[in-house]
Amino acid sequence: MTRIRNLRVDRLACTGRGLCAELLPELIGLDEWGYPVLKDRTVPAHLRAHARRAVTACPRLALHLDRVRP
Amino acid sequence: MTTLALTGSPLWYASRAGGTLALVLLTATVVLGIASGGRAAPRRIGRFEIGLLHRDLSLLTLVFLVVHVVTAVLDPYVHLGWAVSVVPFGASYRPLWLGLGTAALDLLLAVLLTSALRLRLGVRRWKAVHWLAYAAWPLALFHGAGAGTDTRLPLQLWLYAGCLAAVVAAVWWRLAKAGPGRVAGRLLAATAATSVPVVLGAFLVAGPLQPGWAQSAAAATLSLGGAR
Amino acid sequence: MNRPVPPLRPDGHGAPPPGGPGDVRLLADWYATGRPATLADHLERHGPPPVTAADGSPPSVPLVEAVEAAGLTGRGGAGFPTARKLRAVAGRRRRAVVVVNAMESEPASRKDQFLLAVAPHLVLDGAVLAASAVGADTVHVCLPRDRPAQYRRMDAALDERRRARLDRVRLLAHALPHTYVSSESTALVHWLNGGPARPQGGPPGNRERGVDRRPTLVSNAETLAHLALIARHGPGWFRRLGTGDEPGTLLVTVAGAVADPGVLEAASGTPLATLLGRAGGPTEPLGAVLLGGFAGTWLRAEHLHTPLTRRDLAPLGAAPGAGVLVALPRSACALTETARLLGYLAAQSARQCGPCRLGLPAVAEDFTVLATGRADQVLLSRLRHRTALLPDRGACRHPDGAARLAASALDAFAEDVGHHLAHGPCPAARRPPRIPVPPATPPETWR
Repeated sequence: MTRIRNLRVDRLACTGRGLCAELLPELIGLDEWGYPVLKDRTVPAHLRAHARRAVTACPRLALHLDRVRP
Repeated sequence: MTTLALTGSPLWYASRAGGTLALVLLTATVVLGIASGGRAAPRRIGRFEIGLLHRDLSLLTLVFLVVHVVTAVLDPYVHLGWAVSVVPFGASYRPLWLGLGTAALDLLLAVLLTSALRLRLGVRRWKAVHWLAYAAWPLALFHGAGAGTDTRLPLQLWLYAGCLAAVVAAVWWRLAKAGPGRVAGRLLAATAATSVPVVLGAFLVAGPLQPGWAQSAAAATLSLGGAR
Repeated sequence: MNRPVPPLRPDGHGAPPPGGPGDVRLLADWYATGRPATLADHLERHGPPPVTAADGSPPSVPLVEAVEAAGLTGRGGAGFPTARKLRAVAGRRRRAVVVVNAMESEPASRKDQFLLAVAPHLVLDGAVLAASAVGADTVHVCLPRDRPAQYRRMDAALDERRRARLDRVRLLAHALPHTYVSSESTALVHWLNGGPARPQGGPPGNRERGVDRRPTLVSNAETLAHLALIARHGPGWFRRLGTGDEPGTLLVTVAGAVADPGVLEAASGTPLATLLGRAGGPTEPLGAVLLGGFAGTWLRAEHLHTPLTRRDLAPLGAAPGAGVLVALPRSACALTETARLLGYLAAQSARQCGPCRLGLPAVAEDFTVLATGRADQVLLSRLRHRTALLPDRGACRHPDGAARLAASALDAFAEDVGHHLAHGPCPAARRPPRIPVPPATPPETWR
């Protein structure tokens, strides 16, 4: 039973740098001010590596990948 | 005038080359860090690419630093113990100037270690240590000027000038691009950035560029570390 | 709740439970005597809070079970099941803390102020009972700094209780900076911990780590007052009024174009039109009502027969919220009123999160342009798009509330929107506004 991984943005930490949207455009877009818009919270298995890269790349450590019990 | 000494141990060459390369790479790392920290978005390159470049340059800096330190310790001409690489101001050769380099290496190791563990540490602790990089860079520069044997060479001086110019320009560019607010911190940054080349220039003129510097430097110690 | 709940032990005073003619329970003493209840009045009418039974042993039914059986939900706006909150805080290992949220930052709401003025000891009883249920040793009563008279009265009430040695927990009153978002539960806790009264988001939330990093129960004043009565009279009594899914009574502030604006108590499920009637009835033909508060929803007059329950209001995109009902006459311009409300909400942002700091003022500006009749279809699309990007993108629900207000206005007054686009502002837009809105200035201090 694969566990679900959900994206979460710490909105207090996020300053709209936009690296997450560059690395995970399938799930993260940017609004007109550069702040992330989560198109979908659940990360499918084939995007998990990209999601982890996006989490590591955030200079504010604002992106999180949460393990959710289904 | 001093000419490029073509005799001497290859380890000494490697140490000088490694040190110089490390300084250049560290300068590039710092410049990228300063430039990418603001809200300005690069046009043709991705922000994450700059981030990766910054990280890769810092790792390359470490590689050449290791070469620089190892070859310096192994070089029979000066007697340096391995402890000198991490314990500052305890060397027998130019302890003050060497110590600055050791201190710079310590700070950089702290930065690298915390960056590797940043997801566990959280952004506040990680960033707090990361700011030490701003101290490591001038320390490395003064170490090179004070402990380096090539300081008098015009090429080396131009290199130092280039590194200085790059960092100061990056700081001023970042301050210029920044929005309103935080005046105090920004004034401090501007003054600090401009003061480094001024102080270094003054030091060079008064110190290494004067004849007889090498002898007095050998004797200069810090009352803490002390030499024999 | 299939298991039969045994009756609570009587409090020894034999006072009949409130709930005579009408739906009045929290305000029963007020209507009976016409004056605020002192501690003596309160003790005579209700007895001491049944933290323990007459012989000092714990009550036969734990409070949490009684509250669960009663189906009490939060009266601060979110409507969260109170028993679940109590269990979450009680279940943690460290000693808990109780925070009474009496801030009432919603400008259109008066119910908590009124309740604290006429029956403060019901609220305090509830806090003390909740403290014993979750194992807390301290109760922090959070009041706004700009209501000094209320603070003085609370101080006096706490003094009365201390002199009577009524409670075994420590009760402290605090005067916080009064901003729209400072009453958010994580903002309260952050202020109590020494920081600014700005929402802090999570995880972890207050229930796990709050005041002094201890599990914290933050509860609205009215909710605690209901809890105080449930503890005395039982869940069965509580369920005698209201609907099966949403039992009990709630306090409602009725304002706007009614003859007798004020706070009244009504059973859950009372039709909105009845509430307006009890507030003297409309003074002129109504176009719509604003339900829930500034961050609430607009409902057109044809929906006024709807009962005041979450279930009946949900299909209309509305909710009881903080129990605020503002009547807007047909002669007013709802778009202008909404623009003013959004301007206020935008100015009150804590400015911590980009989408709220930048997106919410942009929505307010666009809405003003629409209301003043200078908008075109492009702006309207942009307004809809920006409004849709507000929810769930901040550390608190402030932008969500503003988005709800804006979207409901565009929906309920679609005809007016069309008119403003085609013909410019309506004549009503030039008349003085009907809903009092505080000045749209950013808060002076957060500490």
